[in-house]
Amino acid sequence: MTPTRRNRLILVLVIVVGVGVAVGLALVALSKNLNLFYSPTQVAGGEAPVGHSFRVGGLVEPGSVQRDPDSLRVRFSLTDGAHRVEIEHTGILPDLFREGQGIVAQGKLATDGRFVADQVLAKHDENYMPPEVEDALKTAHEMGVARQRESAR
Amino acid sequence: MLPELGHLALILALALALVQGTVPLAGAARGDGAWMAVARPAAWGQFLFLALAFGLLTQAFIANEFSVLYVASNSNSQLPLIYRISAVWGGHEGSLLLWALLLALWTAAVGLLSRRLPLEMVARVIAVMGLISCGFLLFMLLTSNPFERLWPAAPDGRDLNPLLQDPGLVLHPPMLYMGYVGFSVAFAFAIAALLGGRLDAAWARWSRPWTTVAWAFLTLGIALGSWWAYYELGWGGWWFWDPVENASFLPWLVGTALMHSLAVSEKRGAFKSWTVLLAICAFSLSLLGTFLVRSGVLTSVHAFANDPTRGVFILMLLGAVVGSSLLVYAARAPQVKSSGSFALFSRETLLLGNNVVLTVAAASILLGTLYPLALDALGVGKISVGPPYFNTVFVPLMVPLLLTLGIGPLTRWKRDRVSRLLGPLGGLLLLSAVLGAAGPWLAYGRLPAMAAVGTALGFWVLFTVLLDIRQRSRHCGLGGLNRSYWGMTVAHLGVAVTVVGITLSSHYSVERDLRLAPGESADIGDYTFTFEGVEHARGPNYTSSAGTVRVSLDGEPVARLAAEKRVYTVQGMPMTEAGIDAGLTRDLYVALGEPLASGAWALRLYYKPYVRWIWLGSLLMAFGGLLAAADRRYRLARHGRDETEPKANLQPVEAGA
Repeated sequence: MTPTRRNRLILVLVIVVGVGVAVGLALVALSKNLNLFYSPTQVAGGEAPVGHSFRVGGLVEPGSVQRDPDSLRVRFSLTDGAHRVEIEHTGILPDLFREGQGIVAQGKLATDGRFVADQVLAKHDENYMPPEVEDALKTAHEMGVARQRESAR
Repeated sequence: MLPELGHLALILALALALVQGTVPLAGAARGDGAWMAVARPAAWGQFLFLALAFGLLTQAFIANEFSVLYVASNSNSQLPLIYRISAVWGGHEGSLLLWALLLALWTAAVGLLSRRLPLEMVARVIAVMGLISCGFLLFMLLTSNPFERLWPAAPDGRDLNPLLQDPGLVLHPPMLYMGYVGFSVAFAFAIAALLGGRLDAAWARWSRPWTTVAWAFLTLGIALGSWWAYYELGWGGWWFWDPVENASFLPWLVGTALMHSLAVSEKRGAFKSWTVLLAICAFSLSLLGTFLVRSGVLTSVHAFANDPTRGVFILMLLGAVVGSSLLVYAARAPQVKSSGSFALFSRETLLLGNNVVLTVAAASILLGTLYPLALDALGVGKISVGPPYFNTVFVPLMVPLLLTLGIGPLTRWKRDRVSRLLGPLGGLLLLSAVLGAAGPWLAYGRLPAMAAVGTALGFWVLFTVLLDIRQRSRHCGLGGLNRSYWGMTVAHLGVAVTVVGITLSSHYSVERDLRLAPGESADIGDYTFTFEGVEHARGPNYTSSAGTVRVSLDGEPVARLAAEKRVYTVQGMPMTEAGIDAGLTRDLYVALGEPLASGAWALRLYYKPYVRWIWLGSLLMAFGGLLAAADRRYRLARHGRDETEPKANLQPVEAGA
């Protein structure tokens, strides 16, 4: 093996090992930091994990927003038309948080069924509906229609 | 009448782009000088027509021409003049026009500044850029015509998105686009060189200043966007690993790798195929960024187009560019011979390390950005990848990168001895580690491991750069060092400044969300923030609740911060304007949340040490890039020296990589 070739081999090996380690770390980090999205119907159906962070989205139910008088704690419910989830959040809500608005909350499900959100996201446009929320509303609506048909039969 | 003229100008520009994209290419293939000579005038003509179209659209905004749909959707008669002008690129159609205009500007500049290049090369470069322009102009005319009329005309416009009514946003898109589009020059040079079979040192030398200037603009654009997010979104963050941010960061990372790889190709004739591949990747990622941001696939302030045909068109354009360029690459790259061999410890190896780290970083960010989209498209499920992923992957990669950044410039091309550098560098590394641990610990009284590592790396880069300056100026004095070298030095120092800023502001920021009634105070770090209350005010096109917060340090008044909550009347959209007292070593930051019962407000109070350094460092990097591109060597290169021989340039003075 000529010295040039040997050098090349060493370089290639170092790069392959380095990139391999980086890819491995990336995949581990990815699997730990994926946030799955669940609709209120899925949460009510017990599909969502307890104690693991995920996202839930829907419309803020009008009249459901309750503020704690002494702190920044706020409670509201999110609905997709079929089911609702109680959300609890401590902190400042985004500018575009309003009743009836489509929002996404990220956090964990407590054992008593409340969803403790550490982040509440409303996007930059008042007419904007997060696509996940739109989907969730549509699915819940279709399921509702199907159920009505069945009961009509 | 004027808007129709603008539409016509766009069509004529497309016609010229078609000529520019085909005739010179055919001419270069047949060796026909007259056909090749079409390239320059066609490029200039295309630029003139696009400038005319852009001017007419601007005129429509200034004159409040609400019979034009785009103007009616993005402007309002109450909007201040400066924002009526910047609203030209505040929406989808206009920002495409800006993109096309800047592409034509770069092409015209290539035509003007390439007098000394062989006509065949110039013809091919300009033709490739013409083909790209054809794609974008077709896209604009077929799906997003900015001059489309609205009948009957709207009485008034729907106003510019309030988030965009801001000085930072006036400049952010043009800078970012200058960078994105600038990479098309490096791309066109690479394709032209592949087509002509001329992948030599001259090609690398011609590409270098263009790539560096584009990179400098992209750096400025990203920094402006980050600065804007910091003060405008009211969350006090300067980077969120949001997909649209990643979309601009990806071409930046690959562009940085490209700059360094071009240095090796020019000086040593090595890495040629790799450099070409990087040039293709950098521009493809720019296009991918445009696709992600503009197609409505991602939802953010940048996503204007929710029309699926537009997304499909950009995707097709992306496919055509990537597909055809990789096809040319596959056909021609095997014939490329990289000449320079190098030893295991040499500057080439360290630059190779730089390239590997940067591309791995880019690839892992790309993975995190595209993975949720891919799963969604396949119908598997809806997920999002959070900032922790990007931090876990990206931050550790920066440690080897910054270590090699320090060693690289000190190392000789081709072959060097480890023992020569081990002595001085070992001492410097130890000194940086001690200072990096002691500095933050003495200043803030606690020391997270990564804070020490980040600060130490900042010192490391500073010390190695100083050592390098001393070694190189030993024979010729400071005045003997060329601009290219100073550019590299300034940019590397900029990296150190940014790294220190990021490290200290992420580890030592104090952030509190609080409920405060007028007159109440809260302690943030050593500072006392006193809330004075909120008054109502009126702006030109908004109403506002303006809050005042007094800040004092040990009883001494430091600053009065004015934070606002605005409601823009036309769209009824609320906006937070943060109150910031900026300083070199710390920012004090207040954002109003929402009004609570009995006159109290929710307030967000931040103490952010060294956060300004993040953007200061970016400015240094961009300035360094521009300085390097202004090196005399690139102008000398146009005075007819024989440039086909790769120069084994071992003198340290000339070796600015």
